[in-house]
Amino acid sequence: MAGSIISVKHLVKIYKMGDFEVHALRGINLDIEAREFVAIMGASGSGKSTFMNIVGCLDTQTSGEYLLDGVDVGKMDKDELARLRNLRLGFVFQAFNLLPRTTALENVELPLLYSNKLSSAQRREKAMEALDAVGLGDRSEHYSSQLSGGQQQRVAIARSLVNDPVVILADEPTGNLDTRTSVEVMEIFQKLNARGITVVLVTHETGIAQFAERNVVFTDGKINRVITVADRKIASEELPKIPVLLDEMES
Amino acid sequence: MNTVNIVKISYRSLGRNKLRSFLTMLGIIIGVAAVIAMLAIGEGASNAVKEQIAGLGTNMLIVFPFASTQGGVHYQAGTTSRLKEGDVTAIREQCPAVEYVTPITRVVTQIIAGSENWRTNVFGAYPNYEKIRNWPVSSGSYFTEQDERDAAKVCLIGQTVAQNLFGAGSVPIGETIQIRNLPFKIIGVLSPKGQNANGDDQDDIVIAPFSTVQRKLEGSIYAGAIFASAISSAAVPVAGQEITQLLRDRHKLRPWDPNDFTVRTQTEIASTADATTKTMTLLLASIAGISLIVGGIGIMNIMLVSVTERTREIGIRMAVGARGGDVLTQFLIEALTLSFAGGLIGIVIGVLTSEFVSNLQKWPIIISPESIGLAFTFAAIIGIFFGWYPARKAANLNPIDALRYE
Repeated sequence: MAGSIISVKHLVKIYKMGDFEVHALRGINLDIEAREFVAIMGASGSGKSTFMNIVGCLDTQTSGEYLLDGVDVGKMDKDELARLRNLRLGFVFQAFNLLPRTTALENVELPLLYSNKLSSAQRREKAMEALDAVGLGDRSEHYSSQLSGGQQQRVAIARSLVNDPVVILADEPTGNLDTRTSVEVMEIFQKLNARGITVVLVTHETGIAQFAERNVVFTDGKINRVITVADRKIASEELPKIPVLLDEMES
Repeated sequence: MNTVNIVKISYRSLGRNKLRSFLTMLGIIIGVAAVIAMLAIGEGASNAVKEQIAGLGTNMLIVFPFASTQGGVHYQAGTTSRLKEGDVTAIREQCPAVEYVTPITRVVTQIIAGSENWRTNVFGAYPNYEKIRNWPVSSGSYFTEQDERDAAKVCLIGQTVAQNLFGAGSVPIGETIQIRNLPFKIIGVLSPKGQNANGDDQDDIVIAPFSTVQRKLEGSIYAGAIFASAISSAAVPVAGQEITQLLRDRHKLRPWDPNDFTVRTQTEIASTADATTKTMTLLLASIAGISLIVGGIGIMNIMLVSVTERTREIGIRMAVGARGGDVLTQFLIEALTLSFAGGLIGIVIGVLTSEFVSNLQKWPIIISPESIGLAFTFAAIIGIFFGWYPARKAANLNPIDALRYE
């Protein structure tokens, strides 16, 4: 299909737990267009995270086909998948997954160190650009532990976009954040989406899913329904409506 | 893959986790230092024992007069010696396997110096006694062939005698002692020899020329014993046979007569020495082995724990695009750096510890390059392997499994 950046057919994932098998995905068919903003929704155990991990090339499917930008990912070896994660995909985790005892800038530089195209000065410049894009240019020398949850998540987003990926995948990126910080993070995703990056986001919060163009609801390892969001929320418009917490104002 | 970047990543990671890096290195430092110190001390001890055994003079043979039999009655051994100085001359001239030979005579008597007196063994021997017993003087000199011919009243005294007559630490060269009312001039003090295998104090001794003791103190024409040394330790049995044959001929024994003397060699001592050396070598090997195992397990544990604990970090690196090989190279460089730095520091600490123990305990130590090489190589191999192996396991996982690792 033309313009389809992610295309999965009959995707199945089975975990073997000793004698019995857990069917996490029972045949998923989904196409995501380039520049689209999709939210994957569902209850815990519905298979939405498993789906994201396979789409993010962090895990491999048991059977079925996954084409990323027309390329069959299932036929790739581990090193080719690593290159794909490095150059084409950006992944944002619920638990941030920054390196400890490492500055924000060094965390953002990490993917560039593995892609090896730039001098250290260029690398620094690019990492700073990414940090500026998430509004943390002034925190580049702070260590992960010195940043708040929202700031850590923004560093993680900067890290995911530093190599100019085609797709950013975010697994419950707001799961550990409060309402206001969540909307701030959604604002960044909407900005990136506006820049032409495809965003796929997993969430169980309907409020968060309203920021996407399309919601795909998973139930029990299958797609239950696909909803086009009727009145999509724009994060920059929502932010002023959310009251700033008192202690945040004081600090 | 850009190795420069990976090296940069490795050193950033080491620098970021200074405590972890230090603790990991500490395992290697202690392992290497322990092995080097144990081996240095052990080898020093082994060497000291070997030197003591060599000091016994293992090429030595002793001819004792045997028990004589008269009318079927056995008399006590040595009561009627038939060994004469002529036998000694004959052995020297006719036994090619014998290098040095001397008659020995002994009197036990009181000796007097000024107001002090002491009871000791006065031995009479040729000057070559020094070579046969491998027993040099610590000061002064041995008496000469001329003194032997002249029956000069000169003597050498042992450390115990010197201490008891002249006080500890004295060097009484030129002093005179009275032995059976005859004045003897002290011309040398023997080096300390310590106890013999029976626990007797070998330093409780006075040695004078054989002729002097025989004629002036004893008045006998027979020698109490003959000491000889073979040209090599291998020649000891041959020397024994030569002496036996020669003395049988000289004593005109018929073929069916038993020997009227006995030749005792130091082969028992030689075999003891051999056994002791083997025991020491075995002991050393066990010390080295145990130290290496203990050190190695220490290194292994800390490496396994610190690398396994970093499985999540490996997951993060792979999630942002590190290949398995990149991660492995990083951990290999880290392990190499820690192992080499730790190994070098361990060598320094091991050598210093050995020197310290040596100074503290007056214990001789020998730091051999082999022990340093062994300790360093072993520690490095263990460190590198156990730094690499858990990393390889983690790098083989799907990134998501490494990330979920707790």
